[in-house]
Amino acid sequence: MKARIPVLAAALLLVVSGCSAGSSASVSAGPDTLSVGFTAEPANFDFTKTDGAAIPQALLYNVYEGLVKLDSQGRVVPLLAKSWTISPDRKTYDFQLRPGVEFSNGEPFTAEDVKFSLLRVKTDWTISIKSTMDVVDHVDVVAPDHARVVLSKPSNGWLFSLTSRLGAMFSPTGVADLANKPIGTGPYVVAARMRGDSVVLKANPGYWGREPAYKTVVLKYIKDPTALNNALYSNGIDVISAITAPDSIPQFQADDRFRVVQGTSNSEVTLAFNNKRAPLTDPRVRQALTYAIDRKALLDTAWAGRGTLIGSMVPPTDPWYEDLSNVYPFDPAKAKALLSEAGATNLNLRLRIPNLPYAVSAAQVVQSQLADVGVRTTIEPLDFPAVWLKQVFTDHDYDLSIIQHVEARDITTFGKPTYYWGYDNKRVQQLLAEADSGTPEQQVADMKQVAKQLNTDAAADWLFLFPNVIVAKAKVGGFAANQVSESFDLTGLAPR
Amino acid sequence: MTAKVLRRVAIFVVSVLVASIVVFLFMAVLPGDPAQVALGVNATPELLAKTRAEFGIDRPLVTQYFDWIGGVLHGDFGRSYVTRDTIGPQLLDRLGVTLWLVGAGMLVALVIAIPVGTFAAVKHRKASGAGVSGLSQIGVAVPAFLAGIILVQIFAVQLRWLPSGGWTPPDQDAGEFLRGLVLPALSLGLVQGAVLTRYVRTAVLDTLGQDYLRTARSKGLRPGQALVRHGLRNASVPVVTVLGLQLATLLIGAVVVERVFVLPGLGSMLLDAVASRDLLTVQGIVLVLVVGVLLVNFVVDVLYTVLDPRLRGS
Repeated sequence: MKARIPVLAAALLLVVSGCSAGSSASVSAGPDTLSVGFTAEPANFDFTKTDGAAIPQALLYNVYEGLVKLDSQGRVVPLLAKSWTISPDRKTYDFQLRPGVEFSNGEPFTAEDVKFSLLRVKTDWTISIKSTMDVVDHVDVVAPDHARVVLSKPSNGWLFSLTSRLGAMFSPTGVADLANKPIGTGPYVVAARMRGDSVVLKANPGYWGREPAYKTVVLKYIKDPTALNNALYSNGIDVISAITAPDSIPQFQADDRFRVVQGTSNSEVTLAFNNKRAPLTDPRVRQALTYAIDRKALLDTAWAGRGTLIGSMVPPTDPWYEDLSNVYPFDPAKAKALLSEAGATNLNLRLRIPNLPYAVSAAQVVQSQLADVGVRTTIEPLDFPAVWLKQVFTDHDYDLSIIQHVEARDITTFGKPTYYWGYDNKRVQQLLAEADSGTPEQQVADMKQVAKQLNTDAAADWLFLFPNVIVAKAKVGGFAANQVSESFDLTGLAPR
Repeated sequence: MTAKVLRRVAIFVVSVLVASIVVFLFMAVLPGDPAQVALGVNATPELLAKTRAEFGIDRPLVTQYFDWIGGVLHGDFGRSYVTRDTIGPQLLDRLGVTLWLVGAGMLVALVIAIPVGTFAAVKHRKASGAGVSGLSQIGVAVPAFLAGIILVQIFAVQLRWLPSGGWTPPDQDAGEFLRGLVLPALSLGLVQGAVLTRYVRTAVLDTLGQDYLRTARSKGLRPGQALVRHGLRNASVPVVTVLGLQLATLLIGAVVVERVFVLPGLGSMLLDAVASRDLLTVQGIVLVLVVGVLLVNFVVDVLYTVLDPRLRGS
């Protein structure tokens, strides 16, 4: 019998081998192959119907392209549009299209595709950010290389959103199975995928632009931060797209096999106040809580001191950025005074946070510092995203919460009184509307005022801005330090 | 014997049905709305309602259950809320990975446990036997994920002999497949081997004390021969029982090990599906796991009767 059981196990293995032959990712390691590690895997390839950051991170600018893109400084620059003009009333956009562009299924890219893609957002997309496109009134095909977009009202936000997935160009013949077969004009095509493991991109042979330096890019999905680091150490991957364990950074910095690129992101870690719920309806209470928290100390504890103190909902890559991190210096005495002035003594607040590492460690600092000024908090970690989304975000059932707001230019959420901040300020709403319809200069001036007003009202406490930390093998270069768009842009990467 | 097997089959079927109801009800009371999670922030109430209707989660629970189980009986596990893909083929792919892992882990465990356990039993009065028992005690206390982390640190991060994780299908590159399987199988198998070693030792010790072995010895067989010819088959009965029970533990261990080694198996699929409230997928996976464990119990029951003729009559 001693012999028979291992034989049985071996037989089982042989039987099973039949099952595991599925969609497979073929990778031949070589100098023109790059392997990049990510933490969040795309559920499918259809970002028109599936929300979340992982799909545009993999596909935008790499597989799909828009008329315009964001450069690493956060400026809107040409991509499939060579140039564009804006009418004096700021409602009509004339885009001159780049010639000789083809989709990966061989169809030429023309103004008809611009019309098809932009109008399709309204009819076929189901994700919520599609509402930014509601402002499009109609699209005219003036010539095959000239598309005219007419808006129902002027909107700077619209042009900006064209740099996101909303501006991605599709072919009418390429949208049959977006979830599995993405067809775009970009430098790469999706060659293979293995769920739970990887997506393989191969250089698009018919690409109109500069040929990418890496012919094959393997996007490896590794959820656990330690496993992600180990994969880089053991040659499993060449790049970590974003470090999620900041304590490990010094180890990489000390090792000359690797290089560390650190910049800023769009991700504000925010202590949200429920502005609609007493006593947080009183600005003095919100200001007191803001004075009570030592954000520098919090950043040291929660994210190993990496990150930027910004004091507002504006990252440094936005044109209207101003450093407002010193408006509320750490001042427990002032916090206590404000609290007693507002008659808000003996407070007991519910700090309901997502069960994510940065939120849990930040919450503990917040709790102990608020305790020093006599505010008791109960930390309630909620399963993220499901429970947090339902209870805090949708039902507004919270006093305080901590979450990173990852979307670009999401300061506009303070213009929506129904948003979970519960912040309702007519002046801010008006300024946001004016900024959207005005000239770029007006936009900058108005947005600065919005940021200042939010700060004065202590509408939230912006704890810190997440850093963007990329770690790569020393031989890989061409990274943009700052993460400004939704895309992990592979086009600039090259051996050094 | 046929009646006995038929009764086992009936018990098996009823257990599966009860399990399916329990799994379904658990999903229904789980907090968090799948439509909300699928749509993300800024979802409008209209869009939420539309998506709920599309998923079919706005219908009565009973209707939902019968729809689901009816489909499963025809091999249709439905479409995932998140990937919008059919769940069945995906489940099979992932199950393949997990079975490779469990199978290889079990193989490692048996290769360790049978000789080492037998050795410890035969030499139980000697220092060497006691030493082996002591080592297995330590092994039992180590969780599989810790073994995995230690193995990765040594063989992947420091020595860079083997990959720290990831999966290559066997039909694509057999060499890479084996290299990738070594560390996960070892981390599952070493711990499991330590557990099994103790059972093998006890079972063999038990057998050594039996009258029939003494008879065999008195007929002139050496102790080793007697054990191999007459003892091991008898000792294997309790070991097979434990093996069946341990398979369930091994499956759970595999879930954790899959996360450590980034293997696209059922375990990592389950964790992702739970996080994204992909309820249909969760239901499918849990059902497959439950059926797997019940199936193992069923097979163990049948194996008894094969191994021990005394159990056939009753």
